[in-house]
Amino acid sequence: MAGLYLALVLIGWINIYAAVYNEEHRSIFDLSQNYGRQLVWIVTSMALALFALVVDAKFYNAFSFIIYLSMLIILVAVLFLGTTISGAKAWFQLGSFSIQPSEFAKVATALALARYLGTMDINLKSFRTQMNTALIIGVPIALILLENDTGTALMFIGFIIVLFREGISSKVMLTGLCLVILSILSLWLDRLLLIGILAGIAIIAIFVKRRGRTLKRILFIVALLVLAIGYVFAVDFVFDHVLEPHQQNRLNVLLGIEDDPRGIGYNVNQSKIAIGSGGFFGKGFLQGTQTKFDFVPEQSTDFIFCTVGEEWGFLGSTLVVALYVWLIVRIILKAERQRTSFSRIYGYGVASILFTHFMINIGMTIGVTPVIGIPLPFLSYGGSCLWAFTILLFIFIKLDSKRLELI
Amino acid sequence: MKAQDEQRKLIIIGLILLVGVVFIGRLFYIQIIDKSYLLSAQNNVVRVITQYPARGLVYDRHGELLVYNEAAFDLMVIPSQVTAFDTLEFSQLIGLDRAEIKDRLVKAKNYSMRKASIFEKQISKESFSFFKEKLHKFPGFYVQSRTLRYYPTRIAAHTLGYIGEVDRSTIDSNSYYKSGDYIGISGLENSYEEYLRGQKGVKRVLVDVFGREKGSFQEGRFDSSAVKGQDIYISIDAKLQAYGERLMTNKKGSIVAIEPSTGEILALVSSPSYDPNLLVGRIRSANYQMLSDDSLQPLFNRALSATYPPGSTFKSLNALVALQEGISTPSTSYYCQGTATAPIKCSHYHSTPLNMYRAIEISCNPYFWQTFRSIMVSRSDIHDAYNIWRKHALSFGFGTRFNSDLFNESKGFIPLPDYYDKYYGKNGWRAMTIRSLSIGQGEILATPLQLANFASIIANRGYYYKPHLIRSINDSIPDPEFREKVVTTISPVNCQVVVEGMSRVMDGPEGTGRWYRLEDIAICGKTGTAENPHGKDHSIFVSFAPKDNPRIAVAVVVENSGFGATWAAPIATLMIEKYINGEVKRLNVEENMVNSNLINP
Repeated sequence: MAGLYLALVLIGWINIYAAVYNEEHRSIFDLSQNYGRQLVWIVTSMALALFALVVDAKFYNAFSFIIYLSMLIILVAVLFLGTTISGAKAWFQLGSFSIQPSEFAKVATALALARYLGTMDINLKSFRTQMNTALIIGVPIALILLENDTGTALMFIGFIIVLFREGISSKVMLTGLCLVILSILSLWLDRLLLIGILAGIAIIAIFVKRRGRTLKRILFIVALLVLAIGYVFAVDFVFDHVLEPHQQNRLNVLLGIEDDPRGIGYNVNQSKIAIGSGGFFGKGFLQGTQTKFDFVPEQSTDFIFCTVGEEWGFLGSTLVVALYVWLIVRIILKAERQRTSFSRIYGYGVASILFTHFMINIGMTIGVTPVIGIPLPFLSYGGSCLWAFTILLFIFIKLDSKRLELI
Repeated sequence: MKAQDEQRKLIIIGLILLVGVVFIGRLFYIQIIDKSYLLSAQNNVVRVITQYPARGLVYDRHGELLVYNEAAFDLMVIPSQVTAFDTLEFSQLIGLDRAEIKDRLVKAKNYSMRKASIFEKQISKESFSFFKEKLHKFPGFYVQSRTLRYYPTRIAAHTLGYIGEVDRSTIDSNSYYKSGDYIGISGLENSYEEYLRGQKGVKRVLVDVFGREKGSFQEGRFDSSAVKGQDIYISIDAKLQAYGERLMTNKKGSIVAIEPSTGEILALVSSPSYDPNLLVGRIRSANYQMLSDDSLQPLFNRALSATYPPGSTFKSLNALVALQEGISTPSTSYYCQGTATAPIKCSHYHSTPLNMYRAIEISCNPYFWQTFRSIMVSRSDIHDAYNIWRKHALSFGFGTRFNSDLFNESKGFIPLPDYYDKYYGKNGWRAMTIRSLSIGQGEILATPLQLANFASIIANRGYYYKPHLIRSINDSIPDPEFREKVVTTISPVNCQVVVEGMSRVMDGPEGTGRWYRLEDIAICGKTGTAENPHGKDHSIFVSFAPKDNPRIAVAVVVENSGFGATWAAPIATLMIEKYINGEVKRLNVEENMVNSNLINP
């Protein structure tokens, strides 16, 4: 796993160099440029990785709640003391560089979740447990949303995978899924049309099964219908009266309801052109024209995969995709062989977070998922996210190495 | 492991593999099967072209055009888009030799590979139209249009100022400016930069790999059009200004004319001057070098920035202070023993004793020494007495800047008492020590602008409006402060005494300016002959006219030329005559002034 990690980090560094390369600053070690600074981040990440390995494995379990609570305090603090960078008040400015606590909140939440669900006698089927779990994941999401860092907050949804593995009932999952779909639909579609569709589904449900058409069943479906319609109204109410105009805008842009003023559609188009023009072998190192001419925004951060696609072609991008799949599947397989629930659940947490970022980030650059401003783990430029992902992964590596001692 | 867990593990792994496969499939499609992306990439060189707005025009107080724009074309280059080209043909088109072309390309590359830099500034219209047809042969090159300033009247070079490329520090501190932009560097171009510059626009055009424009990018969604700068109307009277510049031909010095009832500056002459068209476009830097090397300093705006001892013109101020402090009355008389008087002798022959009116008329040095001495001994501590005198001087605008819209004003100099303490010790100076101040000599310094404002205050009988150049932008005056009356420490009654004295300078039988009195205009004036360390005395004259309801206040300084009455007085009265009557009848005086060469006699 450490080898995969190193490979990805190196690929990231080389592509950051290519993305921001210009004749004036040829040296890859130039500290005034993103690639020079990324090297600093990489070296410090190694130190953090080492630190994560040196710490006693029992520490993570024992201190998980303390870490989590401290993280919440920091998230609150950044609301008051933070600096705003590209619209999100999510940063602590320390001299010339800035730290984004919400990145580290992922690690803290994964630890807390593992600790809570790893407790003996916990049953994810009980309502109380479900509520507590929702709180553990929901509180940091709420705080990060308040920071206006929507992208990072959305990534916490990935923890659903952990809950799925830990045995949350399919009904709860299904209900949750339905509610999400219904929320999106109620913003997307005209209210009357949506109510009509829901009524139509209800009627079909009543008439499709001749045999089971008891009164009880019909009443149940009608009650469901009323609840669903009520929910639609509630969503509209929250959207219109609770959310701030800029939050409405963000949601509208995210759902593609509104033509985006900041040009997200433009980004995707440019990004697809950059990747698409790479062909099979790519244009070669430093030969990309699309990323060179600044067509693609955020080239070294959120859209780093464009550079991979353009300069290394289908071969290179497939390799990167394969490396991620390999890494994530490996983490899951290793998680399964853990002897403590804590280690296993934490492992799933790591895999879920990596997978969500991987899916959304690469998906948006090739136009299959919505554009959400989140980094590609290990590849994207940025100190906070590289540090956070490194710590996230190496804690698991440590836990895995001690799996025989931990009971 | 429970069966359910095993099943769910497999579902999760399946999901991950599925996403991986979908991604690889999608990549295969857009990178290998669909060729349209490759095509788009080739047509996808976006060129950002800055749309430079036309700079605002400048008109004089009567609507005469002083500054306008002419189109010019810069040849731009983006090094990263340049491919091998026929340098021979290029050099013939542009008129540069091949080595020079190579040199400039290297320079452009050193600036930036991706950003456009100017390859050749302001190519002519002819070579532009010629070039336009062949441009497709030279990828990476394109022409950017912009405007240049042009000055049809060639007057008021210092006042109008000039524009030039922004410097590094401005670019760093103000995000509006990009390298290669023009900015007002001096004069009105600088003071009203924000109004004149307008708003730049951008146009993004799609260019194919051969540098051919393929239309606007994303239907112009990201474009913005340039907004023309605002025209400004200034208070200068172009005819009077031109006349003043003519009178100052071959003389060093300046003329400042102010309309007392508004503070608007009617003429601001600094001589020697230069043709403002010299500092435009490609010829600017060579000409700038030439002008700044000139020992006569034509770039120096003497009217605002030069400081001179005010000489006898300052006697009026001493009279005003003595009256205001109740130390003198108009009838206060002193004896004068002509050239034998101590400590300051009189250079005029006249009867004695004399009162204040006659003292101003004749410019009697001993009278004003006595007046000044009375002020300085009116308090037990000379510091107090001096501070009272200084307070009055400062209220007239001496020793400070007006901070209106004038570029590079000097403060002049009215020393603090500490200044004398340092020189002579705390108790080491008395009225006698600083006696030169009584006749406007010694340490004090004033700019021609301050002297004209001084005349304007006496004309208004005790108040002034900040001297300024702007008349209107969009039918309104940008700074309402220019319409606020500034009241001095001297009362109208006391001012009237000095007005009478200054009237006698022109009309009295012994008046120092009587040779230049006008039959039809009642002028009030005061001559000054300022001793200075640079050679012959400066000839100075401050004046206003008509005596009642004054319309113009004029200060004239002619450096190193002699008596105030000899040069400054005739020039000032000619300005007054020209402004009030529209034409000058004293053609012999005019001719004499225009033709006198005081620089290389």
